[in-house]
This record gives sequence, structure tokens and C-alpha cells, in this order.
Amino acid sequence: MTRLLAQDVTLGYEGRTVATDLSVAIPDDSFTVIVGPNACGKSTLLAALARVLAPQEGAVVLDGHAISSYRSKEVARRLGLLPQTASAPGGITVGDLVARGRYPHQQLLKQWSDDDEKAVVEAMTLTNVADLADRAVDELSGGQRQRVWLAMALAQETPILLLDEPTTYLDISHQVDVLELLARLHDESGRTLVAVLHDLNQAARYATHLIALRPGGVVAASGPPAEVLTEELVTDVYGLACRVVPDPETGTPMVVPRRPLRGPASEKGARTGAADGALRADG
Amino acid sequence: MSAPPRPRPAPPVTGRLVRLAGGRVTLRVGPRSVAVGVVSLLVVVVGAVVSLTTGEAPLSLVEVGETLVGQGSRSTEFVVLTLRLPRLLLAIGVGAALAVSGAVLQSLSRNVLGSPDVIGFTTGAATGALVAIVVLGATTLGTSVGALIGGVVTALVVVGLAAGRGTQGLRLVLIGIGVGAMLLAVNSWLITRAALQTAVDAQAWLLGDLSNRGWTQVVALAVALVLLLPIVLAGARRLALLELGDRPAGGLGVDVTRTRNVALLAAVGLAAAATAAAGPIPFLALAAPQIARRLSRSATPVLVPSALLGAAMLVVSDLAVTRLFAPVPLPVGVATGLLGGLYLIALLVRMWRGSTT
Repeated sequence: MTRLLAQDVTLGYEGRTVATDLSVAIPDDSFTVIVGPNACGKSTLLAALARVLAPQEGAVVLDGHAISSYRSKEVARRLGLLPQTASAPGGITVGDLVARGRYPHQQLLKQWSDDDEKAVVEAMTLTNVADLADRAVDELSGGQRQRVWLAMALAQETPILLLDEPTTYLDISHQVDVLELLARLHDESGRTLVAVLHDLNQAARYATHLIALRPGGVVAASGPPAEVLTEELVTDVYGLACRVVPDPETGTPMVVPRRPLRGPASEKGARTGAADGALRADG
Repeated sequence: MSAPPRPRPAPPVTGRLVRLAGGRVTLRVGPRSVAVGVVSLLVVVVGAVVSLTTGEAPLSLVEVGETLVGQGSRSTEFVVLTLRLPRLLLAIGVGAALAVSGAVLQSLSRNVLGSPDVIGFTTGAATGALVAIVVLGATTLGTSVGALIGGVVTALVVVGLAAGRGTQGLRLVLIGIGVGAMLLAVNSWLITRAALQTAVDAQAWLLGDLSNRGWTQVVALAVALVLLLPIVLAGARRLALLELGDRPAGGLGVDVTRTRNVALLAAVGLAAAATAAAGPIPFLALAAPQIARRLSRSATPVLVPSALLGAAMLVVSDLAVTRLFAPVPLPVGVATGLLGGLYLIALLVRMWRGSTT
């Protein structure tokens, strides 16, 4: 039984199809990570799973029913979305922004409850932004801001949480912070997480279930990272020659790209060659 | 990323919680928004007292009160019930309708300039009215209907052209300005084609004025407000969430397309109804919601304070043009145009400075 799956969906925007007949299932209680080259439809798939993009054909199924048959608020009580681009209204405070995650639990005449307050405080504590509650979001650094958006999604308190590239724009230590936090959420609160990530090594390290998409929105492989992330797959999906070695820290697969094949040229020679090529292409 | 246990802090959100009906109703309100609303309301009340009691025939408050409850003399009845009261109510209604329309459209387009007078809706309403006056020889009622149709059709065209992939924002504003400019040319052309007296009438209508209007306009506008304001107010929270972006709002459970379409239609309806009643009143829809939001220091659209502030601004403007320029008053559109133009310049200068520093 999987709570969330896409069945033969065709996804796209006006005049442009991103994926055809795509089917994926998100295993319950998994930390699923979707990887794939640029523009392969990862974010589009995530948007469809979150119901913010309607499939042109096929259906996304949540808890046994087509996701389009639910009321919007009902969907938002079951799954949350951390989108890639979101804009904070000018001057809004951190606390107020995080509190917006409570919208699906509120009504027109019941705009705040003790549950709301508890969820907001908890989410801000988890993401370590509680001390920033009164600050304006505009004034924060990129890393802080990303944690605030994450707090908003956590305050929504949904059993399923979808995250579109939660580590973009973050330096490596903040990337690790966010991923460790997600792993902890997954382990401790039993939430099902689905994240789109770019870094294959991070994906392999944190995912319990990996879905690799090929350009054109085709599933190349899915399963435990140790089975999915192979040299053949990376070559096949990304067109990149590589070695896959055990991560010295965790033993999960780690992708090490190979240098393009060249003669016995030194590193310096190889660089010069590349520069020459670029010059010729320009001319 | 863990925090040591700490005592439970004060609510992390701004604003006050208002609990009513034994805790079954809990509202979050910003104290500054309430203050803006209350002060605006006071200004409306004071303006109402002044406009009902002063003028060519000064009346005491008692006389006005007696007349309002049906105890006045014939002459006070004419002055209060035929001349002053409809004009006052129209100022309140038009100010509120334009301000709310502007607040909604600015929020939807996430752009200060996304107000109905800047993006051509009001000009379109004027075109409709001019067609009614010049081509069809319509009278007052026909002119209002023409304005209503013109405003709605223009809005549909602008929104239709701006629709498409991605969020509209700046696109809506630019297309609206373009369409508005074309309609302005059409309006001038219509006037040059008209017979002299018709042209004078049409030109007078184009200035935006509250004189020579009566209960017909008041009732029509009241109907529009009663129908549309609740729709807008009920969607206020969804409107605020839409400002985060389409996908974030969708993820929070907002039906994005429906919310946007309903809010858009209501805002267009309000602007068109206001223009049908009083002619094009420039800049009020741009300035009132911005001033209300800034004074409230709110990160969400403040609809009720905007409405009250809009009403206050138009009541005061109308008082100014009628009392300061008596016995030949200026059309109120000239006053709001002058003040609003100044405000727009100040706003643009500030935006420009903000973006370069």
C-alpha cells in the first residue's frame, strides 16, 4: 500500500510536454529522493504529486483516490510542499511566515488555536529559527531564509512532505544541516519525505528510496540507492563516465566522475586543450 | 540544528488574538490596521457632519438630524436628502469600492502599479460610457451601464492578453498600460466626433465628479458593494497566501486558479461600478490601499482599512473641492488626480531609490 503515487501521468505546460506515461510510487515512510539531469522533469513531477500542477493525462493518487477529487485544503493537511521559488511579502516577520503553514488547519472564523501555536513553535525550534521569530524575512541570509521556508512547511504538520531542491543556494555546511534535519524528521516523526536533489552523493547518503529520471521524464531506475546508483546508470542517465565507490563515511554509493579520455597529457596540457577548443568554438 | 529546551515563548506571530463567542471564534488582527481603520472612520464621520451641515445653506446638526428622520422642512429636505446626502454616500461608496479594488489588484499582480486606473480598467469604463453618450445618446442610467460593460470588457481583454505561462505581475501592468493608452486615444476620438453639447457632457463625465448624481447611482453602487465586498473579504486570507507565489499557495491548500479568478472579477466589478456611478476618479485605487498598507505595516493586504481610508480620502477631497472652490466647485476627480499624481511620483522616486541602493 502506497499512499502517494502517479499513474501514467503526462505532464507539461502549454505547448510543451515534459513527461509522458510516467508512473512512480512513493513507498510509505520512505525518504524518497528524485534525481536526474537538468530539465528532466523532476520538479514537474513533484509539482504534480503535490497537486499544484494538474496532469494532462493520467492521475496522481493519494490514499486511494485521485488527488484532484479532494478539496485543496484536505490535500494540504495530508501533504506539504516546499517549493523551489517562493517570495516572502515585503516586511513579513519570520513567525508570521511560518504561521502561514497553518492555513489548511484554520477556518475563516478560527484563525489561531493552541495547536497552531504549538506547531509553529515546534517547527521553528526544529529548524533553529525560533530566535528569529520577530525579524523580517527580507533581512535574513539565504541559509536562514531557506530554514524559515522549511519551518513553514513543517508547521503544516503533514504526514507527507515534498521538497523541491531544499539545498539550492546553500553552502555545503547548510546543505548538510538541512539534509540531517530531514533525515532526523524521517527517522523520528515517521514522515514520508520526497525530495528533489541535484547532488547524487547526498541523495545516496540520505535516501531510503531513490528514483532516477532520464531526460524526457522516464524512470531509469528506482529502489534502494545501493542498487540504483551504479556506474551504468550514471553513464546512461547523465552521459557521464564515472566510478562508483563506497562513501568512506557511510558506505553508501559515491559517484566520482572520470576525467575525459585524453592522451598522456599533463593536467596543464589538458586545460590548455580545453581552452583552445572553447576559443575555436567562439571564433 | 537543535535548540536547548526553553520556556514557552510568547506567541511567535504578530498581531493580537481576538477571542469571541467563548473561544469558538478566534481572529488575528493587527493593532495598527485597526488604528488605521478607526481613524479613517472618524474622518468619514467628521467629513459627513461637515458636508451635511455646511455649504450654501448652513444647517445645524439638529436640523440635519430632524430631516434625516423625516421631521425637516421642505427646504432642508431638498438640501439634505436631494443634494448633500446622496453625494456624501456616493463619495463613501466610490472611495471604498475603488480602494478595495486597488488593494485586490495590487495584491494579485504583486505590483503597486497594478491598480484599476493604471492598468486601463477605469479608462475602459470611460470608453463604455462615452460610447453610450456619444454613439447611443444615452442618458444617466445608460451611461452607467455603458461604463460597467466597458470596464468589464477591458478587464477581460487585459487579463486575457496577460494570461499564459507563469505569473502575471509586471506583464499584467504593462499590457494594461498599453491597452489603457489605446483606449485613451479612442476616448479622445469619440469626443471629437460628437456634437458640441454632447461633447461637453461627455467631457464633464470624464472628469469624474460627484455632482449631478442622485439616489439611482447610490443604490446601484450599494448593490454592487453588498454583493462584491463579502466575496472579497471572505477570500482575503487566500489572497495573502497567493502573494507567496502560485506553487507555495497551492501547497498550502489554496485553489489558486479559482481564488485568482474570483478576486479578479470582484475587483473589476467594484472598479466598474464605482466608475459607472461617479465617472473615472483617478489614483484613489492606487493610493488608498498603499497608504493603508504602509501605515498598518502589514505584510498582507488590509482590505477593511483600505476601504475606510478610501472613503475618507474621497469624502475629504470632495469637501475640499466643493467648499474651497465655491461657488464653482472643481470636479473631485481633479483633486484626486492632483494629489494622486504627487503620491505616484513620490512612490516611484522611492521605489527607484530603493532599487539602486
